[in-house]
Amino acid sequence: MEKLESLVASGQQAVAEAADAAALDQVRVQYLGKKGELTQLLKGLGKLSTEERPAAGAHINEAKQQVQDAITARKFSLENAALLQRLSAETIDVTLPGRGQDVGGLHPVTRTMERIEGIFANIGFQVAEGPEIEDDYHNFEALNIPGHHPARAMHDTFYFDAHTLLRTHTSPVQVRVMEDRQPPLRIICPGKVYRCDSDLTHTPMFHQVEGLLVDRKVSFADLKSTVEEFLRVFFERDLAVRFRPSYFPFTEPSAEVDIEWGRDSEGNVKWLEVMGCGMVHPKVFTASGIDPEQYTGYAFGMGVERLAMLRYGVNDLRMFFDNDLRFLEQFH
Amino acid sequence: MKFSEQWLREWVDPKATTEELAHQITMAGLEVDGIEAVASEFSGVVVGEILSAEQHPDADKLRVCRVTDGSDEYQVVCGAPNARKGIKVPFAKVGAVLPGDFKIKKARLRGVESFGMLCAEDELGISEEHVGLMELPLDAAAGECLRDFMLLDDRIVDVDLTPNRADCLSLAGIAREVGVNYRQPVNEPDIKPVPPKLDDVFAVTIQAPADCPRYVGRVIRNLNVTAPTPLWMKERLRRSGVRSIDPIVDVTNYVMLELGQPMHGFDLATLSGSIIVRRATEGEKLTLLDGQEITLSSENLLIADEQKPLALAGIMGGEVTGVSAETRDVFLESAFFNPISIAGKARAFGLHTDSSHRFERGVDHQLQVRAIERATALIVDICGGEPGVVNEVSSAEHLPSQPLITLHAQKMTDLLGLEIPDAEIEELLTRLGLQVELESSGVWQVKVPSYRFDIELEVDLVEEVGRTYGYDRLPSSAPQMSLGMTPLPEAHVEISLIRRTLVAVGYREAINYSFIDPKLQSLFQPELEPVMLANPISADMSAMRTSLVPGLVKTLQYNLNRQRNRVRMFESGLTFVKKGGVVEQNLQMAGLIYGTRHPEGWTGDNSRVDFFDLKGDLTTIASLGGNGDDYTFKAITDIPYLHPGQSAELLRQGERKAYLGALHPSIQAKLGIDFPVYVFEGHIVDGVVAEFNELSKHPEVRRDLAIVVDLAINAGDVLEVIRDTAGEWLINLRLFDVYQGKGIDPHRKSLALGLTLQHPSRTLNDDEVNEIFAKVVSALTERFDAALRM
Repeated sequence: MEKLESLVASGQQAVAEAADAAALDQVRVQYLGKKGELTQLLKGLGKLSTEERPAAGAHINEAKQQVQDAITARKFSLENAALLQRLSAETIDVTLPGRGQDVGGLHPVTRTMERIEGIFANIGFQVAEGPEIEDDYHNFEALNIPGHHPARAMHDTFYFDAHTLLRTHTSPVQVRVMEDRQPPLRIICPGKVYRCDSDLTHTPMFHQVEGLLVDRKVSFADLKSTVEEFLRVFFERDLAVRFRPSYFPFTEPSAEVDIEWGRDSEGNVKWLEVMGCGMVHPKVFTASGIDPEQYTGYAFGMGVERLAMLRYGVNDLRMFFDNDLRFLEQFH
Repeated sequence: MKFSEQWLREWVDPKATTEELAHQITMAGLEVDGIEAVASEFSGVVVGEILSAEQHPDADKLRVCRVTDGSDEYQVVCGAPNARKGIKVPFAKVGAVLPGDFKIKKARLRGVESFGMLCAEDELGISEEHVGLMELPLDAAAGECLRDFMLLDDRIVDVDLTPNRADCLSLAGIAREVGVNYRQPVNEPDIKPVPPKLDDVFAVTIQAPADCPRYVGRVIRNLNVTAPTPLWMKERLRRSGVRSIDPIVDVTNYVMLELGQPMHGFDLATLSGSIIVRRATEGEKLTLLDGQEITLSSENLLIADEQKPLALAGIMGGEVTGVSAETRDVFLESAFFNPISIAGKARAFGLHTDSSHRFERGVDHQLQVRAIERATALIVDICGGEPGVVNEVSSAEHLPSQPLITLHAQKMTDLLGLEIPDAEIEELLTRLGLQVELESSGVWQVKVPSYRFDIELEVDLVEEVGRTYGYDRLPSSAPQMSLGMTPLPEAHVEISLIRRTLVAVGYREAINYSFIDPKLQSLFQPELEPVMLANPISADMSAMRTSLVPGLVKTLQYNLNRQRNRVRMFESGLTFVKKGGVVEQNLQMAGLIYGTRHPEGWTGDNSRVDFFDLKGDLTTIASLGGNGDDYTFKAITDIPYLHPGQSAELLRQGERKAYLGALHPSIQAKLGIDFPVYVFEGHIVDGVVAEFNELSKHPEVRRDLAIVVDLAINAGDVLEVIRDTAGEWLINLRLFDVYQGKGIDPHRKSLALGLTLQHPSRTLNDDEVNEIFAKVVSALTERFDAALRM
């Protein structure tokens, strides 16, 4: 029995000293293998009496189990150490930048136009587009701006010849839609427009979004609500909006829309003009084949750059068309 | 339109501060652009009289003046050249404070004591004038406070009028609007006819009655045109931005500002026979008041006499017939010209006058006689003289008609979204000068006054009521709409998706002008003749772009010049290409990459982009609609600005949708760009709606194949032949290696391909796979002289 205890002890000692999986396996073979020292003891059981055999066998098996447990524990600890070592060796600097492209970005004018389109799409407006090289009829005549109308002077038109021009506003798209379709109409027309004017606050090309709603019994109250809500949704705050009587040949009544934009040194509200609007002029309906006795409608138009400047705090209009990456990278 | 607030308040004087008044005017639709003080803040300045002016003993340019304020005398040293005995000038006494908090103290100038300062206009903030001392009328009372004397506690209101409101280009019109807004009566000046003292009539013949339906003339003889214009009139003119010239011109301008009628005074001595209003003959010449000689056409309306043209009607008088210091007798003109006859004519000669501005927009056609009476009274007051008979010639049939409009209260309610009481509608319209007659309950007949050219239809009356009632008082309510749906085609690839996909792979969006330098256009596409603007901003912005690429390349240069050496950009927009007499306006999308493949980083991959980077991005876009397999690439050489060996087209069903390639090396060199630039341009892709295919439960078989073909053989063609030959069981085909070099004929290359085969409903056996494989190999051998590489 003493021999058994000392074998277990030396076996446990050997397990503890095994430095790696191979050494541990040798220990297993030495003690528990077919010819292992503890296994040999089992073979010697035959020499004992049948009465002694079960108890002796149980002792030996218990001894074997003790060594086996030691081996299992040691094996687990060695594997664990190896894993830890590997994990440690494989540790990377996760703060290094990721691989791949930097993300690009949309132009702020496009962002703004998409935002406007989205707001109106939510209430059922469809996007309509039209040509940028327009004819005089759609840009002026059909919009109740005949040949010598003083309003033409406000437009600084780029011409190709007497009848062909670069559209000065997105309103001709309205006309084209009304020529093609009967009410009810809910459309939004984003696009480039052109005026022969270039200085600090004017670029010869800029963007407008025009909206048109035509149905039975559309009123100025509908227009006011649409414009007021739009401006609050667009700027994401509850700003004051005022409608100021104005004049556009293609709407009657007409209004300019101002929003509250800060206060002056004396605390008075500073008003900024952001869009023009009005009830579609009956002559425009008639020119486009819609019966003004049956239908009424409203139209509004806004400058996209102006809204983008206010929204993002851009202070120089011309930057929109320099395409300087240092500018574009500020929008995503 | 600029005017003095005090002047307006003589017509109508609501209890409101200047700011409140300006706000009301703005909210009536006459936008107040600015309010400025008539003079800067100053105090202690009185009317002074110079009793004597002696040369300063020690300074050439200074004078020593004795000045009185009516009670005491002061010695003042003054440098103004016009300082002289007898004139009356603004005198800032010791203790006065001039603009800019400039305190006047006793001073010593070159040894002579000075008690105060004599002032020029700019020193008081009255104008920019600094030619000398401001000379006050000789009848001014010395000692009177200058601010009181000149009524300087006044402000100038500047109203920016829309072109429809010609009726507000006068004090009368502005006052009418203010009266409506404050519901107050308007005090018009009392204009009485001036009885003629002579029977003189200078005959007038209107040969163009459609252009000039009314012409009123009057002779005034024996005038003293050297009499000074009274200070009050000069000041009102000045506050409206009009310079004082001589009393005749000043009075005609004054009446124009007051009532809105442009007038003209001719020197009667220079006129021959009679006045004839006619169209000019082709090539006729006239020298205008500004000295400019213009050549006329039959489009131009003239005021002529029996020998010569006198004036460009409604725009500007002629040089030789104008009033001068020698003028004794005057012929006054007060006419109505048809707006259509005047519109655009001034601009054609580079002119824009107060007169043309008004006539183009419409002058009240019933104002002419009243205006000439007003002017006569003012002229006679200032210059003396004997007026002749008012000679009115008019053609009733050519005068504008005054429309009678039926107004329905229901229409008003429908359009404004609010029911305004009938009595209020009547009151507002009546105060605006419209004659309102109730026809039946809720229906009126409304007669439009002669000064409102802009009211013609019922909706115009709705606007008048709406704006005078107040837009801010009108309701606001969300529109009620039927919830009809609109089509949403799933196969359509929205341009916004393409933009955002490009953004996700590192592109930034640019927006360039649609017009470019024609030189740049022809550098890229000499084969296309661009559409040219007739009136460009400048020559380098005169050609409509035929491609988006030149703009993107310019943008690249712009950023390269700002030390950016890695650029990925795209743009979408219309291009304008002439085709068979029409201009095609196509929505295009273009992209450009330049510089390193990846942003500079720690991975050390500094390789530069090449054709395949761009092709990969374009493939991604083509695949957005789920039908990427419908698109194929083919080598092309027909885009002159692309490298002929590195350009390809993207085809769908044989139709070119886009092309891409390296910018032609010669263009790259010409533009001074160091490294290759890769660009694409094309139409927007469209997709298909997805369609489900049954998944096969049977195993896939992959076989690899390496072939050697001539260098000139395109891999795309090889893949196409394999697809065609292998048949429908080929479910995947990959080109996984391209090799040239050691072990291979230098004129040939090796392509390694992986074919994956699968049957939808059973397992393919070896014989079947071998058979397909053999068919593929033999097709490749036949088509491309391919050799199997073992």
